[in-house]
Amino acid sequence: MTPRTTYRKIWDAHVVRDAPGEPSLIYVDRHLVHEGTSPQAFAGLKAAGRKVRRPDLTFAVMDHSVPTKNRTLPILDEAAAGQFQALERNCREAGITLFDMFSRNQGIVHIIGPELGLTQPGQTLVCGDSHTSTHGAFGTLAFGIGTSEVEHVLATQCLSQYASKTMQIVINGKRHKGVSAKDIILAIIGKIGIAGGTGHVVEYSGEAIRALSMDGRMTVCNMSIEGGARAGMIAPDETTFAYMEGRPFVPRGKDFQEAVARWKTITTDPGAKFDETITLDAAQLAPQVTWGTNPGMVASVTDRVPDPASFHDLDQQKAATRALEYMGLKPGTPLMDIPVDRVFIGSCTNSRLNDLRAAARVVAGKHIAKNLKEALVVPGSMVVKAKAEAEGLDKIFRDAGFEWRDAGCSMCIGMNADVLPPGERSASTSNRNFEGRQGKDSRTHLVSPIMAAAAAIAGHFVDIREWNVDPVE
Amino acid sequence: MQPFTKHTGLVMPLDRVNVDTDQMVPKQFLKLQTKQGFGRVLFYDWRYLPGEKPNPEFVLNRPKYKGASVMLARANFGCGSSREHAPWAVADYGFRVLVAPSYADIFYNNCFKNGILPVTLPDQQVDELFRRTEKAEGYTLTADLPNQTVTDAHGLRCTFQIDEFRKRVLLEGLDDIGLTLKHDSAIAAYEQARHPSVNMYEPVDAKYSPTH
Repeated sequence: MTPRTTYRKIWDAHVVRDAPGEPSLIYVDRHLVHEGTSPQAFAGLKAAGRKVRRPDLTFAVMDHSVPTKNRTLPILDEAAAGQFQALERNCREAGITLFDMFSRNQGIVHIIGPELGLTQPGQTLVCGDSHTSTHGAFGTLAFGIGTSEVEHVLATQCLSQYASKTMQIVINGKRHKGVSAKDIILAIIGKIGIAGGTGHVVEYSGEAIRALSMDGRMTVCNMSIEGGARAGMIAPDETTFAYMEGRPFVPRGKDFQEAVARWKTITTDPGAKFDETITLDAAQLAPQVTWGTNPGMVASVTDRVPDPASFHDLDQQKAATRALEYMGLKPGTPLMDIPVDRVFIGSCTNSRLNDLRAAARVVAGKHIAKNLKEALVVPGSMVVKAKAEAEGLDKIFRDAGFEWRDAGCSMCIGMNADVLPPGERSASTSNRNFEGRQGKDSRTHLVSPIMAAAAAIAGHFVDIREWNVDPVE
Repeated sequence: MQPFTKHTGLVMPLDRVNVDTDQMVPKQFLKLQTKQGFGRVLFYDWRYLPGEKPNPEFVLNRPKYKGASVMLARANFGCGSSREHAPWAVADYGFRVLVAPSYADIFYNNCFKNGILPVTLPDQQVDELFRRTEKAEGYTLTADLPNQTVTDAHGLRCTFQIDEFRKRVLLEGLDDIGLTLKHDSAIAAYEQARHPSVNMYEPVDAKYSPTH
């Protein structure tokens, strides 16, 4: 048999129907739903007189617009309240499991899927959110879909899909202390560009990927979409299985052992061909900071803001000029000289327990700088929050001057009250630095949790390697 | 869905690479529960000054492009968020055809669900179209889906590639959920053979659980 990639094996196992000249019909094992992109899908279903085919494979959560404090107070944002009511009603009517904002298991959809053990190797998983690629860290084929496709999956539990091309990204070597999973993925996007992965499903491999915890692997897969890729995945191994064991939706005992044996078979066969291969050396990587208005506009923290004239391509020169104008930055400025107004530690990219542990080590016994207007820690889920509190991380953050909030998407997208004001600059552990992403006319610099934590303490970006903080993972 | 066969319309050039869907529809409009009315907020932050005064600098507000229904764009158009609000806004504003060297995957896919034809042409041809659009007043293009061509009134003719199935969906305005439901027996057979299921081994704090 021809050697196959993990992607191809999962694809082949989920083909419901193949016909010449048509996309394949692919079965969806898990469908995750949130309040932001689902109301129109449920409404469409109802208008056509259709039913949710598999409510038992569908799981819903409130995350995008939820407040991160004072949840017991009435929701003043009427539009957001309307979304919550719609999701509540749609789940009740269809019998879909819902984690509402008062659930102890509530959190960002891409945090709670893995945390509950809903995300499993070898499966297909979709959600109306581009960061669904996060779940690929388990060897799951997971990708974001539009609302029409959400409706399609609700109605049929299938998707019409064309097979993607494959890209292998190999990260060899060992990371230096102070270099995080976030720096790996930012460096990858810096190298391939934000459209570099278009049309591809990426499989990450190599020593530096294997060395990452599941939390770190999820950070890497999460931002696959920022490199344009349809999905990102990492073949499951002992780290994956150890993470999964004992989670609420993961089989127990002998069933677990059988599942592990099955999961082991989905790794890429030796000799399997990828359409493209990219290689990076983790030992060469420094902490990364974005300077522009997309995640590919990134540099090492020791670098300076680039001169737009240094780009070869005219379109890139124009884009860089515009980005620097938007960001209020001058070419040649050392990145470490850039002061920040607010710090956000959170989002589906970096709000898991290891992220918070790492950031807490940086801020322990210190205090945020005087020029900081706000420093937020928004755990990715209420479970992460509870675990962090059990370890005393909340106290460390609060003593350092951070706010400690409830779980949600928060300032990554600013659909709730957590918005970055116009003209202000953030160090943010989120995934997008697009114009207006965190708030109209706001300026976002994407960094790792320890880099964000250090920026909060120093009031500007620093090379965290010089602080010599012991790594968590 | 509104079928698409052939469309002639005024061209608006959007000369920026990597236009992301956050720009097409900013987050504050993602809380609406309809698919209609997003045309008013298309490119909101670029298009309006404080108080929703049209920004005269932004191309969409220039009088010569009023009523445009063909958008000429640059590479990696529609990157970022999966929000289908972006193509809803594009279509609701009145655009029926996009012409660009490349698109982001999810956005491209979403276009076909909303009766928008995203034409892909090589960089050089797109450059030429930008030159022609900016030089002429009232420059129009005709996109002919059956023949897979884009033509102007001055003899320019570009052919484009499109997947046959997607072409048929657009031409006939097909409901792709309806198409899939025709294969209900194949879906049922798959479920019979592979038993996709979720089992809960430990209670979680949720509402409306079906039969786990």
